[in-house]
Amino acid sequence: MSGAVSGGPLLSVRDARVGFGTVRGLLRAVDGVSFDLQAGRTLGIVGESGSGKSVLVRSLIGLVGTGSGAIVGGEVRLDGQDLRGLSAASFRHLLGRDIGIVFQDPMTSLNPVMKIGRQIGEGLRLNRGLDSAAAARRAVELLVEVGIPEPERRASQYPHELSGGMRQRVAIAIAIACEPKLLIADEPTTALDVTVQRQILDLLQREQRERGMAMILITHDLGVAAGRADDIMVMYAGRAVEMATTREIFRGPRMPYTEALLRSLPRLTDPTHTRLSAIPGRPPDLARRGTGCSFAPRCTYRSGRCEAEEPVLSREGGRGFACFNPLGTSGGAGA
Amino acid sequence: MSASAAEPAIVARRGRPLSWALALPLAWVALVVFLAITADWIGLPDPAAQELILRRKPPSAEFLLGTDNLGRDMLSRIIYGGRTSLIVGICAPFFGFLIGGAIGMSAGYFRGKVDLLAVGFIDILLAFPTLVLALTFVAYLGQSLFNVTLALGILSIPAAARVSRANTLAWANRDFVLAARTIGASNWRILTREILPNVLPAMFAFWLVAVSVIIVAEGALSFLGLGIPAPQPSWGGMIADGREALDVAPHTALIPAAVMFLTVLSLNFLGDMVRNLVDPRRSAL
Amino acid sequence: MSDLLRMTDLNVEYPVGGGRHVHAVSDVTLAVRKGETLGLVGESGSGKSSLARALLQLPPPKAGSVLFDGNELTQMRGEALRAVRPRLQMIFQDPIASLNPRRRVAEIVAEPLVVSGVRDPAERTRRVRAVMEAVGLDPDVVWTRRPHEFSGGQCQRIAIARALVLEPKLIVCDEPVSALDVSIRAQILNLLEDMKARFGLTLLFIAHDLAVVKSVSDRVAVMYLGRLCEVADSASLFATPAHPYTAALMAAIPVPDPDIPLGDTKLRPGDPPSPLDPPSGCRFRTRCPHAEARCAAEVPPLREIAAGREVACHFPLIG
Repeated sequence: MSGAVSGGPLLSVRDARVGFGTVRGLLRAVDGVSFDLQAGRTLGIVGESGSGKSVLVRSLIGLVGTGSGAIVGGEVRLDGQDLRGLSAASFRHLLGRDIGIVFQDPMTSLNPVMKIGRQIGEGLRLNRGLDSAAAARRAVELLVEVGIPEPERRASQYPHELSGGMRQRVAIAIAIACEPKLLIADEPTTALDVTVQRQILDLLQREQRERGMAMILITHDLGVAAGRADDIMVMYAGRAVEMATTREIFRGPRMPYTEALLRSLPRLTDPTHTRLSAIPGRPPDLARRGTGCSFAPRCTYRSGRCEAEEPVLSREGGRGFACFNPLGTSGGAGA
Repeated sequence: MSASAAEPAIVARRGRPLSWALALPLAWVALVVFLAITADWIGLPDPAAQELILRRKPPSAEFLLGTDNLGRDMLSRIIYGGRTSLIVGICAPFFGFLIGGAIGMSAGYFRGKVDLLAVGFIDILLAFPTLVLALTFVAYLGQSLFNVTLALGILSIPAAARVSRANTLAWANRDFVLAARTIGASNWRILTREILPNVLPAMFAFWLVAVSVIIVAEGALSFLGLGIPAPQPSWGGMIADGREALDVAPHTALIPAAVMFLTVLSLNFLGDMVRNLVDPRRSAL
Repeated sequence: MSDLLRMTDLNVEYPVGGGRHVHAVSDVTLAVRKGETLGLVGESGSGKSSLARALLQLPPPKAGSVLFDGNELTQMRGEALRAVRPRLQMIFQDPIASLNPRRRVAEIVAEPLVVSGVRDPAERTRRVRAVMEAVGLDPDVVWTRRPHEFSGGQCQRIAIARALVLEPKLIVCDEPVSALDVSIRAQILNLLEDMKARFGLTLLFIAHDLAVVKSVSDRVAVMYLGRLCEVADSASLFATPAHPYTAALMAAIPVPDPDIPLGDTKLRPGDPPSPLDPPSGCRFRTRCPHAEARCAAEVPPLREIAAGREVACHFPLIG
């Protein structure tokens, strides 16, 4: 691949769409999402289940293919290279070399019958042309780097012999083995305990900074995003509804959904039995989307226009929100 | 490709007509069952009436499927034979599933000693050579429709027990079973109200396959001369009779063999279909 | 306030094959007072769910006593135990798995009434409708539908209705909101608070999310690898944790505020030990920043360090 286009974003996504044919009609899982990601920055994508955050990112890197009955549209460029035109074989080459991925459940993303050292070294042999001995040496170094004690012994073990936290460390070692430019972490700590989650997030953040990688951190946990992301994209019902720096999102959300989400969280600073401000209703059926804003039925600020017309993500001073009645910059939730 | 351009294709897929793979087997099984039930009223000649002058006639306008070694009408015998084969094929696994299902569900639900005992019993039954056991059983008790059905029914117990045990194991660990216990429901109530309705669909799919297996097994018994006693027709018996004249009148063996083949194939198709309907749904829930 | 439920020296063991046993719960003594919500916090392998099942006698604990509403549950069998069950209900983590997919919603909610011998169908219908309305379900809409037609949040409402229909005294809530989406979580937590007030319930609320536990619990118990670390009223526990593990848990929670710096868990590096082979003495010592030789030798007993505050640590952070 050619060198980075100077000044341009590392990853550029325009009007990404993913649809699935179902018995009830076309389910628009991702409906026209655009964003840019600069090298060295972390983008947190937050949303609830069904918001399309995972499908969006998987579709960018060719993991949601037309083979699964999905219809994928839009434009994706990594370092200026158009990814949509790539063959399946070129994609395989790209993953692992330029893009590293860490999934939610390391038990399913690791090969249960292959030794850990070999799994880490595999990408190095394929993409970097290392011989087996060199790949094995590098695998042990990587195990040290991700904080696994007794790396030589662990390298010759199988995934089931490790704890959940250790397995996720191994998955991270595999993802960063070939020095990718972009690291995608899809709910990397959801299956882990709080204390282990903390260690894994620290590790991810350290690797991202030291290597100058760009990172996409997909999470449903606003707390995780708050502590680790530079920018945040909030997704609801397949669309990006707000995009801003992390501080702006938490200090002064413009989109009512973001505000409602932040308000509904129980907080340690509140006394016991504080009534939570719940969001009424539930997310829409993506196969039966009506006109207008998807959040309108649950929104306290809705007006007639919200039900008739669909708000597009408009940009104002570097931040974007999809709302006709945006909240003022002052008086944000959680402040 | 844009999403909107592909939309019509997907909408069209929704209105997909009944697949041939489902319609043909269903139609064939329905025809066989219908004829077996109405055999007495559709003006068929007596399946036992012999006319030695007209033996081994090929299919003609008078005898649609020809006649057999003793000059009996093949069509009539196929239909009445279908009745016999279906009675055995449906009742034997039904009996086996009743007993085997109860054993398997108890084993999967209670675990522990009950499970150990049940699995041991199943393994012992499975260790016997199946056909030899059936032959011994029928030879000892005497050939009759009831005894043949009973023998084949006993043979289907282990398979039924295994299927129901595996399914029960999967369902008994679900939280709704625990929820039923927290309200004080008895084991009997939990087994019949909570677990059975979930195990039944898988059992039904397997039962369809078992019917076809039993029809073949009954054919094998008849072929060996220990099936349904003559002159009552059965498909296996007809194939056995036709075997003597394979060189001069091949239709006497091939027609019942073809009918049995189609019926067994159709039942297997339907069984697979039902299983596919049941399985993804279960994993989705 | 009197104790509605009292567990004394509760021990739960599971066979794990090869003749080995996992000690899921070891010597837990804990009381739930009438009318309160007791939060039970712990990570996976802490034994919090095993504890819940053991107190419901599903299955009974290996040793120890469970005194509920004047009945010693561990001594009861068959009919006698079945008669107590309606007063002691449970709500599960996975709302969809906790409902039988083959039964209709009305049947599911009415089942406890049928089992406990309410024979009159009109009476059953009346009570089912009332409890459905109480949890925010429209009886006319949900009556004949099946669970898979509903979202997780709606299913949890159905499960809550089933637990409430017998008017229990205590409900064990085992991670009732952790499978739900953020925007639905608050609805269900509010509903539980409302139901508690309306029906005069006592709750044992099990969760791993400290913020959720704090928002509903009057008192909180913290478990680690099968043992209790700390029991205290909610306000003081979160203001000044006494056990190093409680402190680490609190520091590890991701706070939804970018201006609050990440806390320092002070944990020693390394993963939690396996419950199959817990460390000697204090089970937290392998990760504890304050561990000394004594911690490996002696199991710290749960002792009172201040009024209403109990901690199992040789070197508590306060007192």
